[in-house]
Amino acid sequence: MAKSLGPVKRKFSPWTEPSATPFIRFEDITKRYGDFVAVDNLTLDIYEREFFSLLGPSGCGKTTLMRMLAGFEEPTSGRILLQGKDLSGTPPYKRPTNMMFQSYALFPHMSVEKNITFGLEQDGLAKADIAARVEEMLKLVKLESFAKRKPAQLSGGQRQRVALARSLAKRPKVLLLDEPLGALDRKLREETQFELMDIQHTLGLTFLIVTHDQEEAMTVSDRIAVMDKGVVMQVATPAEIYEAPNSRYVAEFIGDINILECSMVGQPRPSLLAGHPPHTTLDSQGLMIGVEQDCKAGVGEQVAFAIRPEKVRISLDPPADGTANAVHGEVWDIGYLGDFSVFLVKLDDGRILRAAQANVSRLVDRPITFGDRVWLTWSVDAGLVLTR
Amino acid sequence: MAETGASSQTNPMRWLVVATPYLWLLLFFVAPFLIIVKISLSDTAIAMPPYTPNFTGFAALGEFLSELDFDNYQFLTEDPLYINAYLSSLRIAAISTLLLLLIGYPMALAMARAPTTIRPTLMMMVILPFWTSFLIRVYAWIGILKPEGLLTLLLQTIGLMGPDQQVQIYRTDTAVFIGIVYSYLPFMVLPLYAALEKMDGTLLEAASDLGCPPWKAFWKITFPLSMPGVIAGALICFIPITGEFVIPDLLGGAQTLMIGKTLWTEFFGNRDWPLASAVAVLLLLALIVPIVIFQKQQQKVG
Repeated sequence: MAKSLGPVKRKFSPWTEPSATPFIRFEDITKRYGDFVAVDNLTLDIYEREFFSLLGPSGCGKTTLMRMLAGFEEPTSGRILLQGKDLSGTPPYKRPTNMMFQSYALFPHMSVEKNITFGLEQDGLAKADIAARVEEMLKLVKLESFAKRKPAQLSGGQRQRVALARSLAKRPKVLLLDEPLGALDRKLREETQFELMDIQHTLGLTFLIVTHDQEEAMTVSDRIAVMDKGVVMQVATPAEIYEAPNSRYVAEFIGDINILECSMVGQPRPSLLAGHPPHTTLDSQGLMIGVEQDCKAGVGEQVAFAIRPEKVRISLDPPADGTANAVHGEVWDIGYLGDFSVFLVKLDDGRILRAAQANVSRLVDRPITFGDRVWLTWSVDAGLVLTR
Repeated sequence: MAETGASSQTNPMRWLVVATPYLWLLLFFVAPFLIIVKISLSDTAIAMPPYTPNFTGFAALGEFLSELDFDNYQFLTEDPLYINAYLSSLRIAAISTLLLLLIGYPMALAMARAPTTIRPTLMMMVILPFWTSFLIRVYAWIGILKPEGLLTLLLQTIGLMGPDQQVQIYRTDTAVFIGIVYSYLPFMVLPLYAALEKMDGTLLEAASDLGCPPWKAFWKITFPLSMPGVIAGALICFIPITGEFVIPDLLGGAQTLMIGKTLWTEFFGNRDWPLASAVAVLLLLALIVPIVIFQKQQQKVG
């Protein structure tokens, strides 16, 4: 499916190189709590210097997976390898990983400085080295003037920075971030996301982040693993996850999407245009949809057609003859988001499709309004067929 | 702001709520204490009440005041019995408190780390002895510790002691320590448990994650964070143990010197109310002054 995106150019993509050895490997990991299976026979590779996200709803096993890497939980079966070394039985305090906790878990009786020093002292570093490292860390998170404060005397954003500095101070091979930005307000969260990426790039560390916030995962990650019920649904770059989700679950979890139930009409036939994937035709309750995609499903099989709202064009004018996919409907509702407007269009058969339009001009009164008869169109490479 | 100020002045219920604890303290602490201070400044008399002067009205106030003096306090400093009794009480209280901490801390920690489902049961087990009279429980210890008691019987039965031997614990300081530690253990365990139970478990995970092994994390994280509980437990135990009378009287020997016992003898044995009152006032000062100093220190640190 990735082929449909055209040539992919990446500076950093060790996962595409068969010779690359993974830095962290979760191998057939299962974790059970009584009858409940938190992680179900999961295998996952993470590469050095990667910014990797575990994304999923609460209870999908992402945090359990991270806690197993940190050593707080032992897998029921399977093993975790770090640089080829089996971590089984290694207690957390002997693992070369550090974690930034969701609650930050700052030691309330210690100053900012002491919190950061804590981990370094355990290694028995020289006093001067510790002092230098603490200073460096405080500078990194811009908290130099707060060194002597106690955590209770800091704001939420400042505490989050202390937690980050503390977990980075030991230069862990892998930094684990458990919902690191959950407690911050939106603006601060966005700023911090970019700072995290900067820090990761500067220090050259491997970051593993657990989050339920898809925007956060999209922004910071090199790759995302979308999880559900203890299973990895898809591992891919943010763009692949968004543009080429492999299942309805992933498609619906990430961003907004229209899903139409369809059946296959004939086998995909070769495209008339050179270099294009074969053409598949779908029948969705009489609405014929053409997709440029080599679909493996058999004739008459039930599949789903998925298309993101921003890829659906909305217009008051009827489309030109020969337009591949066009459907007629009535504007049912409008969501004005500032940068975008989302139109809920009720098709003639009663189904609702969403179309998003960038608000490129500064008009208070939009040309399309409630009750207007509109045409929705999309090109053959805008949507995709999901077989599961 | 102006509105809330006005309502607080006009609302008598508010004042009642605020004043109730003060009234309580005034009525049941300050007033009795002043009476005791007054008696401590009086002289013994073979009369009813057994001291003079007696307050006969405001007219004779001047005369009344002129008869009060510090003779009793002076006497306390002259007779080494009292100073020794004070020091001995403080020593016994200090050792007992230390023993209570050593036994109570692991108990409280185990309770706080126990699964939440069995915590109420454990708590119940700590509180359960309160359902029997304190006096009966101390008497039970006599039955256990006396030479022909249950402990001797047990040791003889399992062969650790010959049939002609007996444990010599009853009527010694050891018996007093056993009795005190047993009786005060819940008072130590409960504040410690309260402090440990509310501790955030992820702090220990964080410590472990940062390379700190569990035993070290205990001293660096758990113990410092439980300090309020340690202090509360130690004070709650130390203060009443210093004035303890029943346990040394029932379990201790003639050589067990404690100020509570001395006070009792002065009051009921010698019927010297003024001297007994002076002993009580000094006991209170001896306990309150260090605590107030300590609290001031804590406030400065905090």
